[in-house]
Amino acid sequence: MSILNVKQLNKYFGNVKAVQEVSFEAKEGKVLSLLGPSGCGKTTTLRCIAGFEIPDAGEISLDDRKITNIPPEKRGIGMVFQNYALWPHMTVYGNLAFGLQIRQFSKSEINRKIKKVLDVVQLEGYENRYPRQMSGGQQQRIAMARALVFEPDIMLLDEPLSNLDAQLREEMRFEFTELQKKLGITAVYVTHDQAEALVISDKIVILNKGKIVQSGSPKEIYSNPKNKFVAGFIAVTSFVDGVVDSFTERNKKVFVKTSDGLIIEGLNNNFTVGQEVSVALRMKTTKFENGEQHKINIFKGRITQSSYLGNTIDYKIKMGRWEIRTNAEANYDFKLGEEVNFYLPPEEIIITSMK
Amino acid sequence: MQKSRFRKTIEIIIFTVFMFFLFAPLFSMGIWSIATRWYWPNTFPQEIGFDYWFQALGITKSLTLGAVNVVPAFLLSLGIAVIVVVITMIIAIPAGYALAKFRIPALLKGIILILFLLPRAFPQQPVFLNLMLIFNKVGLTGTVIGVILVHLVVGLVFAVWITTSTFSSIPPEFEEAARSVGASRLKAFLKVTLPISTPGLIASSVFVFLTSMDEFTGTFFVGLPFVTTLPMTLYSASGSNIQFASVIAILLLVPSILFMVLIQKFLKAEHLGGMGG
Repeated sequence: MSILNVKQLNKYFGNVKAVQEVSFEAKEGKVLSLLGPSGCGKTTTLRCIAGFEIPDAGEISLDDRKITNIPPEKRGIGMVFQNYALWPHMTVYGNLAFGLQIRQFSKSEINRKIKKVLDVVQLEGYENRYPRQMSGGQQQRIAMARALVFEPDIMLLDEPLSNLDAQLREEMRFEFTELQKKLGITAVYVTHDQAEALVISDKIVILNKGKIVQSGSPKEIYSNPKNKFVAGFIAVTSFVDGVVDSFTERNKKVFVKTSDGLIIEGLNNNFTVGQEVSVALRMKTTKFENGEQHKINIFKGRITQSSYLGNTIDYKIKMGRWEIRTNAEANYDFKLGEEVNFYLPPEEIIITSMK
Repeated sequence: MQKSRFRKTIEIIIFTVFMFFLFAPLFSMGIWSIATRWYWPNTFPQEIGFDYWFQALGITKSLTLGAVNVVPAFLLSLGIAVIVVVITMIIAIPAGYALAKFRIPALLKGIILILFLLPRAFPQQPVFLNLMLIFNKVGLTGTVIGVILVHLVVGLVFAVWITTSTFSSIPPEFEEAARSVGASRLKAFLKVTLPISTPGLIASSVFVFLTSMDEFTGTFFVGLPFVTTLPMTLYSASGSNIQFASVIAILLLVPSILFMVLIQKFLKAEHLGGMGG
């Protein structure tokens, strides 16, 4: 059952088409992420759902109720802002009680709900603190609590973790997921961090320049990126561009030929001969070996960079005119300039169309 | 790193010079106000006494030329200042909010702000002379209302510019967060924006108050002959009686200093914080 339905949303700012024909559904109790680079329209879309922007075209419905033009205060949507926007002149209690007081709950009800929500975000006893007396992580949890205390149908989050340091971000991702599953609340989550989107989402909608490029589950997007942009955005990827040369194994595999004569075998995905494609290689795709086990997809390259990461090493390998980034166990201790042989398993190669 | 002796000495000298320029005039006024007899070439007054103070405050009747009871003028200045502050803020708060928050094209915004600034942008005497001629035609010269109008024109500049700036500096997310939990635009303004912008609004009121207390040129042209404010008595006194003028000058300073102390308390950092990152 879908709770939020966005249909053909369009929003322009002067000449800039910030959001174009964006449509998606957020299912009940699931997390939908809007993912994309800066300026892709994800925040504008979220603000339209919240009611802070009125779309130029399109419709937004919440539980079959059309909310496209209703003011934000009447939508019953909880929102968490990137910089938390906790009111500095109120205590935690004041911040949380505000929404409840507007809904005219009794004092005892308010106290009970606040206690409950503080318990959920693991900040019991913080009622009398002021925001400035709390750490970034704590403020973030209060911001979440404020969005949840009046038990909305759906919650919107605008890059809520981007102001936290890396380690705290990772921890908070898991905490958010736990919280969301525990409450069973539907969430629309905006982020530019693909790792974050992969961890927390049930469904990812990738936006670029105002348009939806691909949407699907994290696994679908990671394994079957529709094009070069998605492949490169969702994970660190090296690309080798070429043209579809021929098919093999009853059209289950293709040969891609690069401009400098390299031939790479990969899985077919409705390609046509002559189509311009990009061979996408993830960090773990490259396997160092000498070519005894495999006959195809063996390549020679030269190490141009090496970065020690502790239990693994990141290498940059120059193959022909292409540079491949790869990550290998630390026992492969290659020197700069060393010539190496490696194998690219066709099943692990992702071939995407250029566009 | 240890500061060199030389550097320390220079700092002390500069500090002393600065303090001198800051406090010497006040000190001089202080001495003049209690000097009942002071003729050159004495460095210090021959006789000191609080006679002029008593005369100024109406405690004793004045016999000297130019020394009158200034308490009525003081009260009138105060009264006008308070009324001007109230009216100015009633105008400036909505105006500042609109200019800060609504999507107004930059050109229009600039024009409106400049419009408020215009009266102060020209030499004051010609401006107020003209104003007096116009007010005369409608019978506003010599009235308190006329003076209040003049002070409004003068004070609105500060008020509107400061309130606009204050509201601009408040992140829109504060109000948006209020609306997202169910507050109407008005409620969000009253319960969130207004309390947070209090320091700026207080600063604005204080500026207007002090400007009004101090206002001379416009008040002089429009107020005479019936409306006498404290700056006007200072002007009259400064021609004839330095001691008396010093007394009035110190009296004029009292509200300013009081307000400085007041602002200090309000502009503490309690209203900052609450924004992440």
